[in-house]
Amino acid sequence: MDAFSTLNGLVAPLDRSNVDTDAIIPKQFLKSIKRTGFGPNLFDEWRYLDYGEIGTDCSKRPLNPDFVLNQKRYQGAQILLARENFGCGSSREHAPWALLDYGFRAVIAPSYADIFANNCFKNGILPIVLSAEAVVTLFAEVATAPGYQLNIDLEKQQVTTPAGVVFDFAVDAFRKKCLLQGLDDISLTLAHVEEIKAFEVRRKIDEPWLFGP
Amino acid sequence: MSAQTLYDKLWDRHLVRCDDDGTCLLYIDRHLVHEVTSPQAFEGLRLAGRLPWRSGANIAVPDHNVPTTDRTIGISDPLSRIQVETLDANCEEYGITEFAMNDIRQGIVHIIGPEQGVTLPGMTIVCGDSHTSTHGALGTLAFGIGTSEVEHALATQCIIQKKARNMLVSVDGQVGPGITAKDITLAIIGKIGTAGGTGYVIEYGGDAIQALSMEGRMTVCNMSIEAGARAGMIAVDDKTIDYVEGRPYAPGGALWGQAKADWQSLHSDPDAYYDRVVHLDAATIQPQVTWGTSPEMVVAVDGSVPDPEEESDPVKREGMQAALAYMGLAAKTPITEIYPDTIFIGSCTNARIEDLRAAAVVVKGHKLAANIKRAMVVPGSGLVKKQAEAEGLDTIFKAAGFEWREPGCSMCLGMNDDRLSPKERCASTSNRNFEGRQGPGGRTHLVSPAMAAAAAITGHFVDVRTLEV
Repeated sequence: MDAFSTLNGLVAPLDRSNVDTDAIIPKQFLKSIKRTGFGPNLFDEWRYLDYGEIGTDCSKRPLNPDFVLNQKRYQGAQILLARENFGCGSSREHAPWALLDYGFRAVIAPSYADIFANNCFKNGILPIVLSAEAVVTLFAEVATAPGYQLNIDLEKQQVTTPAGVVFDFAVDAFRKKCLLQGLDDISLTLAHVEEIKAFEVRRKIDEPWLFGP
Repeated sequence: MSAQTLYDKLWDRHLVRCDDDGTCLLYIDRHLVHEVTSPQAFEGLRLAGRLPWRSGANIAVPDHNVPTTDRTIGISDPLSRIQVETLDANCEEYGITEFAMNDIRQGIVHIIGPEQGVTLPGMTIVCGDSHTSTHGALGTLAFGIGTSEVEHALATQCIIQKKARNMLVSVDGQVGPGITAKDITLAIIGKIGTAGGTGYVIEYGGDAIQALSMEGRMTVCNMSIEAGARAGMIAVDDKTIDYVEGRPYAPGGALWGQAKADWQSLHSDPDAYYDRVVHLDAATIQPQVTWGTSPEMVVAVDGSVPDPEEESDPVKREGMQAALAYMGLAAKTPITEIYPDTIFIGSCTNARIEDLRAAAVVVKGHKLAANIKRAMVVPGSGLVKKQAEAEGLDTIFKAAGFEWREPGCSMCLGMNDDRLSPKERCASTSNRNFEGRQGPGGRTHLVSPAMAAAAAITGHFVDVRTLEV
């Protein structure tokens, strides 16, 4: 996982609440057995006018001109501004893989679905929660200022607007450390091998039926 | 020790270690694996030179991507075939028990777990699928995880997690005749919303929940994720223990008595504290039908499609307008005047034997209405299919014009060939009515099996209780 410390990036607004992971990456692309290559199919059903299949050359497909990511001013966006309950639905990690592959490194929204937010942290994407009021302000500012960028500082836990307005955000201390250092969860857990083994021994005594033949 | 909720008890039992900031290592008793969210995890394991911590804790089954038509010819879609073969190969390599596609025990992962006794009370259960919450019906802590966590669970037998908050959803009193577990769960989601459970583990309680069969309880816990909760669970009682006894992977002999005694404690203490308590009056719950593109967009069958103009919140209003445009519905349309093209009876929510029986009772002796272009029943497992056939349910469905399929996730998510065409309208017993969920442009109305069957024979949504069956 790539580390995340600071990001100065172009913001793309996705003005819908309850955006689900089926919308982020439709099911037909879940047939891949790889972690990469999902970017061209991010928001596939909203982004293109035709029906996308895995392996189709997306550069030749008709774009939906009304979809926000197809607008010229948002090309190269690295920060996705979203509404409530972003990433609800299926646990598919293909959703953050698609966001990352497209180029997004951070999402800002008032709330996220639990599994989605967890999956983001595991892939070097920072899901920032800001208050509903702050998000409304950012949507208004993005709409009126082409090229609108935000500065994200994970160490300080701050989002700064071009006018210098600072929004503080909360982030789990463990997740923050992992993101800042690009740490692999499994290695961290395996540092506690002896504790896991000791726990397992106790568990075998307490609930032996869980350790069948 | 102070009074504990069921979630508190299950959490404490599985706690390996905890840091000062509340980041904990939770031991996982059972890991269920399917073909879609596991290949990248096994690949990660292989690249890092790691092995599964405890192969015997894992059980695998292909379900999302398998054909539900004749399987003797194999899988014709090459990509689906590769994914299923990859699961077979990974299970072979790492010594993981798999119920392969042509095994009678194959089926939807959340149906075969309880069916095989792979799911036992008191367990922690994870699976790379959000509907893992289903298993909470047996007094387990069960939740969906992403692929990185699938790899983590394989490699360490643990999950890194912070404790969620406790919510009690109490369905008080008894539901009326003909009201099913699906109507209860949709009514709950309609009340608390799709983010109502975010940050919580929900325990379902109250007389109406206790009165449900084990299969009904699974339907309720299944849709906890649609309410935004990390998990859903129900206390162990005699029904739970009777359900588990004698299943292939359940403990036998002396261990059975020991396990049974232990499981008696798997309920919340009388004075346990919940961060949030929600009450529903069971008697007021009517048959439910969703009208929009989120499970919370739901009304009783005697209601109408709501009018966005009457919604004061602008974001919600726009969401409703977009949903109605997508669904091709006008505001204020009576639900009984909505005409589906397709009927889907299946999914981890509603493809157990009781679901098929409930639908068959309604369908028996009738034909599909003229406007129904397609109707299918997809049993939740090979064993559910076999049982249904032994009871003659397949004959009832086929005589009415339904297709009788092989088990799998099928049209719930349309990863295989079972999917809706653009604008095709479906009465579905599944769990999600998101845009494109059952096929691009497809329009989904979530209902119970009995309500789907009623729509199949009348051609429109109708209160199944008013039909003479």
